[in-house]
Amino acid sequence: MSDYNFAYLDEQTKRMIRRAILKGLAIPGYQVPFASREMPMPYGWGTGGVQVSAATLTPEDTLKVIDQGADDTTNAVSIRKFFENTAGIVTTEETTKASVIQTRHRIPETDLNEDQILVYQVPIPEPLRFLEPRETETRKMHSLQEYGLMHVKLYEDISQHGAIATSYAYPVKVAGRYVMDPSPIPKFDNPKLTMAAIQLFGAGREQRIYALPPYTEVVSLDFDDYPFEASKAAHTCDLCGAEHSYLDEVILDDEGNRMFVCSDTDFCAKRQSAGHKGRLAGEVA
Amino acid sequence: MDETLMDQPLLQVRDLAKNYGARIGCASVSFDLFPGEVMGIVGESGSGKSTLLNCMAGHVSPDAGKVLFSTRADGLVDTVTMAEAERRMLARTDWAFVHQHARDGLRMNVSAGGNIGERLMAVGARHYGDIRDQATDWLSRVEIQGNRIDDRPSAFSGGMQQRLQIARNLVTQPRLVFMDEPTGGLDVSVQARLLDLLRGLVREFGLSAIIVTHDLAVVRLLADRLMVMKDGHVVESGLTDQVLDDPQHAYTQLLVSSVLQV
Repeated sequence: MSDYNFAYLDEQTKRMIRRAILKGLAIPGYQVPFASREMPMPYGWGTGGVQVSAATLTPEDTLKVIDQGADDTTNAVSIRKFFENTAGIVTTEETTKASVIQTRHRIPETDLNEDQILVYQVPIPEPLRFLEPRETETRKMHSLQEYGLMHVKLYEDISQHGAIATSYAYPVKVAGRYVMDPSPIPKFDNPKLTMAAIQLFGAGREQRIYALPPYTEVVSLDFDDYPFEASKAAHTCDLCGAEHSYLDEVILDDEGNRMFVCSDTDFCAKRQSAGHKGRLAGEVA
Repeated sequence: MDETLMDQPLLQVRDLAKNYGARIGCASVSFDLFPGEVMGIVGESGSGKSTLLNCMAGHVSPDAGKVLFSTRADGLVDTVTMAEAERRMLARTDWAFVHQHARDGLRMNVSAGGNIGERLMAVGARHYGDIRDQATDWLSRVEIQGNRIDDRPSAFSGGMQQRLQIARNLVTQPRLVFMDEPTGGLDVSVQARLLDLLRGLVREFGLSAIIVTHDLAVVRLLADRLMVMKDGHVVESGLTDQVLDDPQHAYTQLLVSSVLQV
């Protein structure tokens, strides 16, 4: 154990954050303001998610941290270390063994269960922000359910690109009431937002927390003649051969060679150890 | 529209007043506006005509008085005391507001089609093809070429921006249009075309309109009736031609005689 209070934040701060979380769960999709603290990391590195995780963790929890699906990138490794040092808890890379998963911009491929909590890092919680810069006005639009503007953005997409080109942070309507930014997850993950686990969203710089209780109805906005599509690259994983997982594109050389791999590293490794093979399995490590 | 409704005033303003501290914005203004009627409000800068318009349109809450609007569903309703959600709903369905500066009324970073479609989407239109058809239709009505539909308003001239703003406001077929100096800042030939267009639309859709302006030529062309304001008070009102040709109040006489003849 360290000289820090359990999970870095003091107990009063955690109480305050837990109150915001509970309020967020009571009003799915509503952005609850909270007194975000300075964290020992820069804004944009997950200060909101870390605070929500800190307020959620208990000494018995097992923590997994992913960054764009990967367990081994800087952001994921450093946040995992942060909680190992300040909370002395067990961490894991396996989705099924984790009780709390902090994620940056992905939902794990493996279905989560009712005993798990998924914590998102959110850069800009306000889905209407880029169309309406005034905070007073966006709050009023949320409270009066004036969401026509959200469709103006989708309209602009179609008129410029011939299809809804928004591919991440795709706006959703939660429980028939609030329009919510699901954080910059690919729209491939949007259908998974209705799930068994509790989902908490923390935005540190913007000082907002919002939440989705288990099995909340989440609908991606669209037009009648341009329905929502959960798109992904039209390839299979070159390492594990998975056909229905979200893929990252990796440039291999400057002669146009590339490979597609699962962005969820744990999912991919599990499949490989189970004997599944993709096009380039064995060739690149 | 229901025939019996034609006899009822669309808008009834009663003793409307707004003060800015000790100064008077506008005081004890009362009038009726009937369906299909265009009312002009003229006066010099600072006479309270914009304050009056903003009070009626719900942008500013008045200190006293009533603004009764004859809604399609519930009949006569006081828009000053109604819930904000209802008033904003009214503002994007039955009402329209044309700003003096098109930039205030348009979203400059959204294409012309998106600007026109916004009100449709705000009242629940969810079919892209339909929205686009209506936007194209309205662009042609306000004499903007259909191939400009995906251009942003920032690429439009001042006159086109103003016409786009009008299209954006009229697309939901409102019954009452508030206009704040719709021709302000435009050169005279563009003004003339805009006035021509407005007159055509008002006649075609049987719109009621309240036009605030300091330009007497605008009200001469568009307005059926006229109110002259000075220092927050209405000093004279009547039929447009009657007020302009035979002004009774000293201030109105001054106003009429101040118009430059070319």
